[in-house]
Amino acid sequence: MSGRAYPAWSLRRERAQAIAIDREPAEAVTWEWALGGATGDGVSVCILDSGIEAGHPLVGEVASAVAVSLDGEEIRVDEDREGDACGHGTACAGIVRAVAPGAALHSVRVLGAGSTGSGEVLLAGLRYAVEQGFDVVNMSLSTTRRRFVEVLHELADTAYFRRTVLVASAHNMPVESFPWRFSSVLSVGSHDLPDPLAWYANPEPPVEFFARGVDVEVAWLGGGSLRCTGNSFATPHLAAICALVLSKHRELAPFQLKSVLYQTAANVGGGQ
Amino acid sequence: MTQDGELRAAVAAGVLGSEQAHAALLQSIVEVARAIFGAQAASIFLLDEDADELVFEAVAGEGERELVGRRFPSGTGVAGWVLVTRQPLALDDLGKDRRFARDAAESTGYVPKALMAVPLLHDERALGVLEVLDPPAGSPFGLEEMELLGLFAGQAAIALDLLQRARRAKAVLDGGDDALAAVARLTATLAGREDDAGLRLLAALEAVLAQK
Repeated sequence: MSGRAYPAWSLRRERAQAIAIDREPAEAVTWEWALGGATGDGVSVCILDSGIEAGHPLVGEVASAVAVSLDGEEIRVDEDREGDACGHGTACAGIVRAVAPGAALHSVRVLGAGSTGSGEVLLAGLRYAVEQGFDVVNMSLSTTRRRFVEVLHELADTAYFRRTVLVASAHNMPVESFPWRFSSVLSVGSHDLPDPLAWYANPEPPVEFFARGVDVEVAWLGGGSLRCTGNSFATPHLAAICALVLSKHRELAPFQLKSVLYQTAANVGGGQ
Repeated sequence: MTQDGELRAAVAAGVLGSEQAHAALLQSIVEVARAIFGAQAASIFLLDEDADELVFEAVAGEGERELVGRRFPSGTGVAGWVLVTRQPLALDDLGKDRRFARDAAESTGYVPKALMAVPLLHDERALGVLEVLDPPAGSPFGLEEMELLGLFAGQAAIALDLLQRARRAKAVLDGGDDALAAVARLTATLAGREDDAGLRLLAALEAVLAQK
């Protein structure tokens, strides 16, 4: 498969054996199998948000940080020296760090420069994150602009095929927003239990999973913390849980990861 | 807006009523929101896209008299993030955070302990933000409150949309001597009359013009 100059759009019978995939023997997919003892070690999690405050005690090391901006018509991606102007990204990063302490955190700042051009910047930031090949991308944000939907959809599919898991906040308002509605991403709403490692599979999509999102102690600007509620904070919980599972099972593609999360959800019998 | 859109907006202005009526609707929404949540205050911010700023459009409770009309950059503050992320959220223990307390005190003169904020979305556009500050002691905002506020947000977004349309329409009505403004002014005048003499005149004029 590696070294093929053309896409594998067909399979000749003599090649069937050549694409045999090594996998662990079929066994019960339990919570313990999925993430027991995992720390997220070796997995990269990108926070696509407002930046991350450097040196925050609840966040720790940030492996890389860039800021995406619109300079006239041109999109720029520069090293981010400003950190986080509003606190939202730092809050998300702190949640990932708390749940998956071994994961490497990366920051792509797409918020904070006002609302003008925010859709273009969001798309460029997501494109950058997918190109970097991060394992997990946390998107505690969405857009309502339909003109961005097609490109956003293509990016979400590209991420899906490149094994980058997009974890996106759902929202419970009577308007359409994206990318959380796409089936190629994991969409997250909130439950109000205090357990950061409890998640639920929603039998009534489009919201696919519920994770902790109520009264969450989160990292805040200036090294502080604050109690927050919202799907913005449920999303990094599930992103971190993805990192935990991937750190034990690097072989999982996004559709397999989604299936494992379903089977080990608290309401599906595979819970703790 | 297209010329056709402007004309329709201008015509609608004659029918839909004044900016004062829409402002009263927004005021009513924040007052009901404040009462239902037993909150100290509730406010609606409108996004001024040209200036990229959020403007206090209606306030009930704390700050009611002095905040309306006050502006701040759209990407800052809790209202700013709610606007750009399109995500509702609630925050608690805000008084503990010195930076937040200082910023809030500087911008509004009031430091809430807790707040809940939701984006006002209409069709594809984010028009502004609805905020509710300080529920009764000991009852932080939870999922139920967030969902209820989301319902309110739908109503508030429609009201904000009407207000913006009325303002654009007024700008057209006030704007110069071109044919579009003249037609719009005529329509508004006709809509304001109690008899149908004007409409009959227009119908006659239309018939004459149609004959060439």
